[in-house]
Amino acid sequence: MVDPAQIKCNYSKVQELLPETLAEVRQVLSEEGMKSFVEGIELLCMMGRGAEPVLVYMEEAAEVARHAGEAMVYPVARTAYQISRSPNAEAIVPFLQTIASVARRLEEKKLLEGYLETVLELVEKTSISIHGSHATMASPALIPFLEIAPRLLGELNIGGLRRWMAYGIQQHSHHPDHLAEYFRLDSPDSRAVMQRERSGTLLVDVERLLELYQLALWGIDERVYPYSRMLDERSDPRPYYDDEGIFLPDVHDDLDENGITGLEHYLASLAHMAGHRRWTAPVFADNRSPMQRIAIETFEDSRIEYLLMQEYPGLRQLFLALHPIPVEDECDEARASCVRHRLTMLSRAILDPDHGYRNPDILEFVEKFHELMGRGDTTTMDVEILGIQFMARTRHASDSQSHVWFKDTEISYRDDNRNLWQFYELDDDEDFHVEPTELEEAEPDDTLPPRHYPEWDYVTQTYRPDWTSVFETLHPAGDPEFIDGLLRKHDRLAKQIKRMLDLLKPQNYVRVRYQEEGSELDLDIAIRSLIDYKSGHDPDPRINVSHRHNDRNIAVTLLLDLSESLNQQVGSEGQTILELEQEAVSLLAWAIEQLGDNFAIAGFHSNTRHEVRYYHIKGFSEQFNLDVKGRLAAMGAGWSTRMGAAMRHAGHYLSHQKADKKLLLVLTDGEPSDVDVRDERHLIEDARMAVRELDQEDIYSYCINLDQRADDYVSDIFGTHYSIIDNIERLPEKLPKLFLALTK
Amino acid sequence: MIDIEQYKITEEPFYQPYGNEVAQYESAYASRLPVMVKGPTGCGKSRFIEYMAWRLGKPIITVACNEDMTAADLVGRYLLDADGTRWLDGPLTTAARIGAICYLDEVVEARQDTTVVIHPLTDHRRTLPLDKKGEVVKAHPDFQLVISYNPGYQSLMKDLKQSTKQRFVGMDFDYAPADLEARIVAEETGIDSDTAHKLVKVGEAARNLKGHGLDEGISTRLLVYAASLMKNSLDAPDAARMALVRSITDDADIRDTLDKAIDAVFG
Repeated sequence: MVDPAQIKCNYSKVQELLPETLAEVRQVLSEEGMKSFVEGIELLCMMGRGAEPVLVYMEEAAEVARHAGEAMVYPVARTAYQISRSPNAEAIVPFLQTIASVARRLEEKKLLEGYLETVLELVEKTSISIHGSHATMASPALIPFLEIAPRLLGELNIGGLRRWMAYGIQQHSHHPDHLAEYFRLDSPDSRAVMQRERSGTLLVDVERLLELYQLALWGIDERVYPYSRMLDERSDPRPYYDDEGIFLPDVHDDLDENGITGLEHYLASLAHMAGHRRWTAPVFADNRSPMQRIAIETFEDSRIEYLLMQEYPGLRQLFLALHPIPVEDECDEARASCVRHRLTMLSRAILDPDHGYRNPDILEFVEKFHELMGRGDTTTMDVEILGIQFMARTRHASDSQSHVWFKDTEISYRDDNRNLWQFYELDDDEDFHVEPTELEEAEPDDTLPPRHYPEWDYVTQTYRPDWTSVFETLHPAGDPEFIDGLLRKHDRLAKQIKRMLDLLKPQNYVRVRYQEEGSELDLDIAIRSLIDYKSGHDPDPRINVSHRHNDRNIAVTLLLDLSESLNQQVGSEGQTILELEQEAVSLLAWAIEQLGDNFAIAGFHSNTRHEVRYYHIKGFSEQFNLDVKGRLAAMGAGWSTRMGAAMRHAGHYLSHQKADKKLLLVLTDGEPSDVDVRDERHLIEDARMAVRELDQEDIYSYCINLDQRADDYVSDIFGTHYSIIDNIERLPEKLPKLFLALTK
Repeated sequence: MIDIEQYKITEEPFYQPYGNEVAQYESAYASRLPVMVKGPTGCGKSRFIEYMAWRLGKPIITVACNEDMTAADLVGRYLLDADGTRWLDGPLTTAARIGAICYLDEVVEARQDTTVVIHPLTDHRRTLPLDKKGEVVKAHPDFQLVISYNPGYQSLMKDLKQSTKQRFVGMDFDYAPADLEARIVAEETGIDSDTAHKLVKVGEAARNLKGHGLDEGISTRLLVYAASLMKNSLDAPDAARMALVRSITDDADIRDTLDKAIDAVFG
């Protein structure tokens, strides 16, 4: 027996509440548990951070014990104590306040231990130290993290939480504000990483499949968008569809207890909404009470599902598994509002012939429903009447009670029926709606929205989702005559290349001789064979010739690095690298034009990950005409080289080309770098990853590097697919030849 | 001498007309006009021509065209034998001599220079010059040329020259309407009409995906295959997957979509 008087604690408030708390806690804890509870209280009192932490602890400890076992009662106090030894004393109360909810989520001693470790790890890694001395300032991440932890654990398991945390520390530890933002779940990357860590089927992973599914079965060609159940502002976030598209939860559990996969859950929602689209005609809501409305909605849902299952009988199994089975008489009419329960039972009974319910009203209306459906050609109006009748029949005094019975009444795959209703009276606040008079200026003033690409982080071996923003534009044009001048200057070289081209030019028909089977008789050989035959030798049976196609079918993108370093003067005549590049590219473009290969030119540079610029200089379908020459002439240099993002973007276009061989030629004068990246390996590793990604799409990447020191990194990125041009002045000559050699 | 009988169709092929195509063809044949039949894969073009040959009681010579086919494969060539060289007629020449219907299936697959050899046979001349042999074959009065092609390829390379196109009268084919197609599937294999309808439902689902990763939808022919598998007591969804999905796509998403569609239809 624990005596309150023996507990060493000087806070009078604590002393005052102790007897009562102990009596309460004793109902949950064993003698052993009581002892650790008291030890916990003593430890927190000794800590000397006021009475508040002790009081919170006293309040929450029993709850922790109930969910995670009483062995966890002391470790919680111990962790609070450890936090108090760091500069994060302010976090102790939030920590203790949320620990019970966390325990409720985890329900397991081991897992809660894991959580405590996680918290301490965060304390250690994010408390700010100045000049390398001990941690001196509070962690900006800790309190937001503690506050959001119970919610996060509703979505993630403890391992996922740790990985999410590790990513945040990794990425943002140098910037306190970003760190806090990340741990508040406010920054986009924080949310994206959290999505990744969630277990279950993510909508983004099955999006295409879902879109194909509804196109295949119902001919609905609409985009599917995710909404987050956690972050959605609606109180009861359910799937819905409107003019913008179809909205589904961002994640479904992989396999719930009914043996339904996340994907099938999505399919059921799509099927249900497709049913509404096809058969639901909106009815007026103004004269219906809320109760009547939900009854009508239930009947309408049942009606369209009935029709759906007529067409696709396989859906029945799906709906049956996902539809909850309310237990009859479980909801006590005297104590709670049973409307939802009643209607869900009705809906179940309509769906499932083996429902086994005995309630006469429900049986009668199921009967009525089937009778109605049996007649065929039903409309939403028909079930509207049915819904009103049902409500009138089964109305109960307790229906309007505030305590509503929710258990087993949530039919998660059905949408929120917003399209079932229309209103005579529009919202009052309509008049106050003011159209924004001015459009917000888009970030870098472009018409096209940016495309986002992930970036590979070699330290954590993960992708940073949607890390870079690539803005694409048509390169501004200049004077095309300039390029023609360059071409004239290299007249002799052009002639030389022309000779090589003639050798390469596709010769459509090549004769293949000495074939046993071929399209035509090769008379020379045939006669020789005949002579052999007549003179008693073995004749050569290969007396035919055939023809073979020899087509070139190549798509090429030339990706130019337009970073600042191009402005260096290198030539003996004072040319910059940029000018030499222009000469080389003009010649190459001219050469490829002669060959008739599918060919695009683009340039890129970057100013941090938020602004990677991608310029189209020549499109695949464009001729090498004045427009293109103009753009080439206007080429300028500036900023940095974020190669991976640009390559991914170029690959995106190249992968849409129809060709047997696809080639991405990267012309650069230095290693990948950008001002917002301090680790110089980072962008090299990212570019290397981009090369691998392209390789998987059958795009062959090749680098032409003008940096004499390129050996250090270029093979890391491109493997053996590169050439270094040491004498930059010879670039105009080398580039076309290199290309021709590559594609011979 | 050539055995004409081998080219004749002796048993009535099953063909379910769904428009005026039989009368159209008969009218074209009456004037021996060259006919072009267009339509997606497996919608019954070849079956229709076979059926018409049977109906008219004419021999039919079918040539499946491919891109390695040359003019010599159509017209004929010299072969070696013990006494030197010997001329062997190609299928087109044979058809012109005996008065058969010559059916060039998927003619766009053949190289363009190959298709040019049919030109003299398709206009008022109705002759086929064999320049290597030094002979001009005058077409038999019953000879008719029919080509089929599938405009769905939408490729620059796979199209007929205008000069070739302009020598034919054209007939469009498509998959039959759902009810009729179900009847075809049922009739062809003997499965019950309900299952046939379900199969057609799957077919329609796939045809909706054309252009979204599928080049062509599921053909009637494949539906018939699926029905045959079911007839051989294979489980219905299994048969559908085997005949309708695995064969037409390697795209994992499309495959999963169609699998789910089959689940939805067959339950």
